[in-house]
This record gives sequence, C-alpha cells and structure tokens, in this order.
Amino acid sequence: MTKLVRTEEEIMLADAARGFLDEAAPVAHLRAQRDAGQTHDPELWKQMAEMGWAGVLVPEAAGGADMGFAAANVLAEEMGRSLTASPFLSTAVIAATALRQISDERARTALAAIAGGARTYALAIDEGSKHAPEASALRAERDGNGFRLSGEKRFVVDGGFANHLLVLARTDAGLTLFDIPADRAGIARTAQAMIDSRDAARITFDGVEATGDNVLGQVDDAMTVLAPALHAGQAALAAEMSGLAAGAFGMTLAYLKERTQFGVPIGSFQALQHRAAHLWSDCEVTASAILNAGRMLDGDPDNAALAVSLAKARATQTAQLAVQEGVQMHGGIGMTDEFDMGFYMKRARVGAEWLGDYGYHAGVVARLRGF
Amino acid sequence: MGQDSGDLALFRADIRAWLDENCPQDMRDGAVGEDSICWGGKNWNFTSEAQEIWLHRCATAGYSVPTWPVEYGGAGLNRDQEKIFHEEMARINARLPLQSFGIWMLGPALLQFGTHAQKLHFLPPIARGEIRWCQGYSEPGAGSDLASVQTKAEDKGDHWLVNGQKIWTSYANKADWIFALLRTDRDAPKHKGISFVLIDMRSEGASTRPIGLISGASPFCETFFDNVKVPKSYGEDIPSQVGEINRGWDVAKYLLTHEREMISGSAMLAGSGRSLGVILSESGHLDDPILRADVMRAEIDELAFGLTLERYKDQASAGQGTGDASAMLKYVGTELNKRRQELIMAGAGADALAWDDGRAPDWLRSKANSIEGGTSEVMLSILSRRVLGLPG
Repeated sequence: MTKLVRTEEEIMLADAARGFLDEAAPVAHLRAQRDAGQTHDPELWKQMAEMGWAGVLVPEAAGGADMGFAAANVLAEEMGRSLTASPFLSTAVIAATALRQISDERARTALAAIAGGARTYALAIDEGSKHAPEASALRAERDGNGFRLSGEKRFVVDGGFANHLLVLARTDAGLTLFDIPADRAGIARTAQAMIDSRDAARITFDGVEATGDNVLGQVDDAMTVLAPALHAGQAALAAEMSGLAAGAFGMTLAYLKERTQFGVPIGSFQALQHRAAHLWSDCEVTASAILNAGRMLDGDPDNAALAVSLAKARATQTAQLAVQEGVQMHGGIGMTDEFDMGFYMKRARVGAEWLGDYGYHAGVVARLRGF
Repeated sequence: MGQDSGDLALFRADIRAWLDENCPQDMRDGAVGEDSICWGGKNWNFTSEAQEIWLHRCATAGYSVPTWPVEYGGAGLNRDQEKIFHEEMARINARLPLQSFGIWMLGPALLQFGTHAQKLHFLPPIARGEIRWCQGYSEPGAGSDLASVQTKAEDKGDHWLVNGQKIWTSYANKADWIFALLRTDRDAPKHKGISFVLIDMRSEGASTRPIGLISGASPFCETFFDNVKVPKSYGEDIPSQVGEINRGWDVAKYLLTHEREMISGSAMLAGSGRSLGVILSESGHLDDPILRADVMRAEIDELAFGLTLERYKDQASAGQGTGDASAMLKYVGTELNKRRQELIMAGAGADALAWDDGRAPDWLRSKANSIEGGTSEVMLSILSRRVLGLPG
C-alpha cells in the first residue's frame, strides 16, 4: 500500500495549483463573478485545461494528463481553499471517470473534448432534495431504436452552462445512464440563483430523443458506469471541503492573532485557543481520510467505497465546523458580506448536500462495516 | 501491506520463519488484557511456562525491544523493519513478550540523553525483563503544572538526600526502580532546577501505598521518600541522573511527548480495533435510532483517527517530523476512547452494570485517558501555542 503521505509530485502539484489559484481565482474572483451576475468563467476553465487540469483523469491516448485520483483530489483541495468555481468536479472528475469506464471511440472522443476544455458536463441524477440516485423516476421510454426521456432533474450542478448532460433515467428493468447534448430539443434548463454563487439548474425533459449511441454503458445497468464516477466525485468534493475548511481556518487563525480586545490579541484567550486547537485537530483527522480515499481510488478502486464515504462524511462535518467557528470567532465582521467568511459558509452548505450528505455517507459506512 | 522491496522481503521471510519456530502456541492467542501482560521485574511470577520461554527467546534475539541498538539489548531494526516485525507478530496473533515503563519511557530517555556506560548498565536488564521501572513525576501539588515539583534532592557530596512525595506512580508497589523528577536547585527558575534521577526502590526510606480507583483497581500508587540516600554515581560514567543536573526538564519534556504518542497509540485502538457498530449490533440495541446515530458518528471518527495514526507514522518514517502535533493524537485518541466506552456501556444496558461483566472497569478506567500524560486541556494549550503560534 502506498504510504499515507503526500508524494513529492503531489506536494509540487499542490504548490503550483495554489500559486495559480491565488493569482487567477482567489475568493475575490468569485465575488466579482457574483457581483456581475455570472456563475461560470470560460476563460478560467480554458487556462485550467491548458495546465492539464481538465484532463487530469483523461488517458494520455485521449490527450489527457492521466494523473490519477489522488492528484485530482489535490487540485480539488486547492480549489476549495480559494473557493474557486469551475467545472472541474462535474466535468474533469465525474464525467471523465464515467467515460473512462467505456472503451469505445465515442467515449474516447468525449474524453478528448473534456481534456481540451471544449466540452463541459453536468450530472443530472437527483430529483428530490436529497441525493438518491436509485430513486430516479425520470423515464426513458423505448421509441423505435431509441428512447424518449421525460421527467425532471433538480440540483444539477453546472447544469445551466454545461454543453453535455449525464442523465440517469428509469428504463424497463433498471436505471440507464445517458450522455445527451444539452441543447437537444425538449430540454428546458432553469438556472437557479444558488447561495454559493455557483451554477445549478432545474432541468425538465419533455420527450427528449435519445439514441442507442447516447447510452453510456449498458441499458438497465447505469451503476457499472455511474458508481465509479460518483465515488470519484464524492472523494474530490470531500477534498474540496477539506481545503475549504483549511482556508476558513487559516483566515480565522490570522484574525485571532491580529484582532485586539481588552488590549490583547483575542488569540491569547484560552477559550478561543482551545476551540482553535480543536478545529485544527479535526482538520488533521479529516486530511487523513482524504489522502486515504485518493490512495484507494488509485490503488484498489473496487474496494474504495468505504474510504470515499468516510472522507465525504468527515469533510462535510469538518467544513461545517470550520465555517461556523470562523464566523463566531470573527464576531460581527464575520456576518458582513464585505468579508469573505460568508462565501466559505455558503459553499460548505452546498458541498454538504451535493453527492450525499453526512447521513447518506454514514449509512454507507455502517453498511460496509457490517452493522 | 503491499510488496516489500528486495531486502525487506528477505527480512519479512526471516522474521516469519523465526516467529514460526520460536513463538509458543500459547502465546499466539492475541490476548491484550491486563492479565496477559508480562511486566517482568525481580518479583515477577510468570503466568505460564510459555510466557517465560517467549520472553527469554525474544530477549535473546533482541525482539523484546526490536528498535534498540543490539549492544543495548535490542535488534537494531529500522522503522520499515519494525513495521514488518509488528505486522508479522499480528499475523500470528502473537502476544508482546514484555511490556514495561522501562521499554516505553526510561529506555527512550536513556537512548536520547544517557551516557554510553549508563545505557550499557541500565538498558539490557530492561530488555531482558529483569528490572521493572516506574515513573515518579506527579506530586499532590504538581499535576498539570508538572514543573513545580517539590520533592527535593539535597546535595550531600557523594549522594543526594531525597525527601518528598510522588503520586500516580503506576505499579510503584511492584517496581524495582523509579525514575523521578527531583528539585535539585530550589533557587533556580522552576524549569531550571529539576533533575531526572534513577532510584532503587529498595532504598531505605522509600515506600509506596496503592490508591484505590473508581474502577476498583489500584494500578496507581503514592510513593514517599523519607531521607532516602541516592548515590550520585552507580559506577564509572554512570551518573544517577539522566542528562545534566538541573536539566531534567528537557528529559521530562522529551518523555512526555513520547508518552503522548504511546497513549494515543496503545490505549486507543480506533481504526485497528473491532468495529464499534458490530460490537453494539451483537448486543442487540442498535435499533434505537439515537444510539445508532451516535455509533455511526463514532465509527466514522474512529476510522478517520486510525488513518491519522497511520499517516503520522508514515510521515515520521518519511523523515517529516510531527513533533508537538503528537499532542493532537493524544487529545483526539483519548477523547474518542472515552466516547467508545460510553457507547459500549449504553449498548450493553443493564448487562454491563454488574461488576463481573467486566465492561464497567474498562469504561471507568478510560476516564483517566484524558488526564494521564497531560490532560486534554493541556494538549489543546500545547497545540494552540506551539503548532498554531497563538500568543501565550
């Protein structure tokens, strides 16, 4: 088993990513985007693609960098630290992992388009307020050689701008995953103003035509393709949440050292010191779960489910603690929009729900541990 | 565990063969409870012939203290070899041949601060399980504020005259020797007047009294020194203190860090231990939704903590020191163990309330985890000042 320590390459990748993000996409970038009423920056994604980030999980034969899941987690973690909004998770991690499960020319073309930055994806699986892919009700009715999709998907992250959709639909004897261009007739997308200033859409499908070519994997067997993609996405989202927690904690720690009250830095008060040390400890424990999830996805993907859910559950909890402590320890200024902590808090809430909340992943852990 | 590289693969094969040949069947039951531990010492009564044979064979091969240098009674294993050794021991469920404060505490202190002659004199008897040591740190007036110890050692030329009282001296009533923090300079600042001194418990004027605890056991003692004469030297270049006189705090601090790692690694079996959820599902009360939710949270945190122990070990063997961050392991690990014991009691219900059930003493004992070796609050203060750099 590879050791639970970051490799030289991973440390260099993290440093390079942080250098780039601090310059090109700090929290101020997200703020400016929000103030301009935008949720996506195509120019930023183009730069990320040029650096190989869009193709982080795309095989070299398809023009990707093929760096592996632990490396994808490193990038996601740095994006969490700087609250960078990008199609990275939906496209470079989730869609690329789904497409990698298939070895045909169509999938290779799609992967190449991802790596080049030209094609973005959104994962349209959930229909209710909680992550429950198995409960999908959207129908794909047989129609000649193809299908017609009818129904609604909610909380489709990046669904407002992505040019392709991965749609989970109910077929005769199970669930089937479709890859459909987002501009196909019958698709209506309603972008929603989300608390984290990022894109998410409600998408209705009204008799949308799909051919056999649009089916990813086998009919009635979505999970063979989707499960690895969800695991990769959940792990990367956990890494993002862990980075987010570290970012929020860093701001809080700096504030404890500079803010004075009663003539002394507030960080000299034991009540705050112990809370800060507890939060740091929580971040450290979560970081181990993140590292482990990446190692398992790279080394033993068939048995990675426990590691992934452990990481997502821990990261969700740690990020929530970090932002709540962050606002409280900053006092009144933490409540102001002018200050960045609120951005961290809102992203933490969205990240907590997406791809399964704490309870969902705790349930997976319990089942896999045998109780 | 994955593929070992060439040398390590050979090493693993050697260890496996050695264990196969030398570990008695009765020592392969994986027992870890108090009754199964071999503590050694002059008064030790082996619980079985197998226990005696196992200790003797391990000590001869250096495997009672595998990482100590060969000349001091160890096998001189490096970290990678040590990991393999423990993996192979675990593979056959082998008991540890010997456990003691000499191995855990005094040995590391001597290896770090002792003279060569001191090491040759004191370490091999520890490795062979001949001398059992105890620790004389805390006093009635010096708990978390350990550096304020008052037990005094007056300079009488060729010996120290020691007077005072130590408390929480684990198994002092069964120990042969004690390593103690004594005040050797009453005028110096409190951290600069302490020496780390080695004392024979048979010395005239030294006495102990066990303290009854809430768990019903009495592993801790009070130890009294009433005009005890401690020689300044036990032979050529074998001073009775470790490190320099009045610099015992350096040794104590080093050992406290070591002790924290030990407590978080041993008392707390999170991650490597049995699933709490499985243990409680056997007791049949996991259908209580509130208990189940608490157990799920604990399971998640224990698994993540187990990975953290592994990560810190891997960091250490990769040469990335963890230093004061070990206070985090101590803090998190002991708090998790307390939660685990609470949930085990809650899951067992009335079944665990009778003394002869055996779960209550473990539950009660766990309450000391976050006190001994530095309280959780002291750990948090260490982290906030030394790791986070918050003002003191």
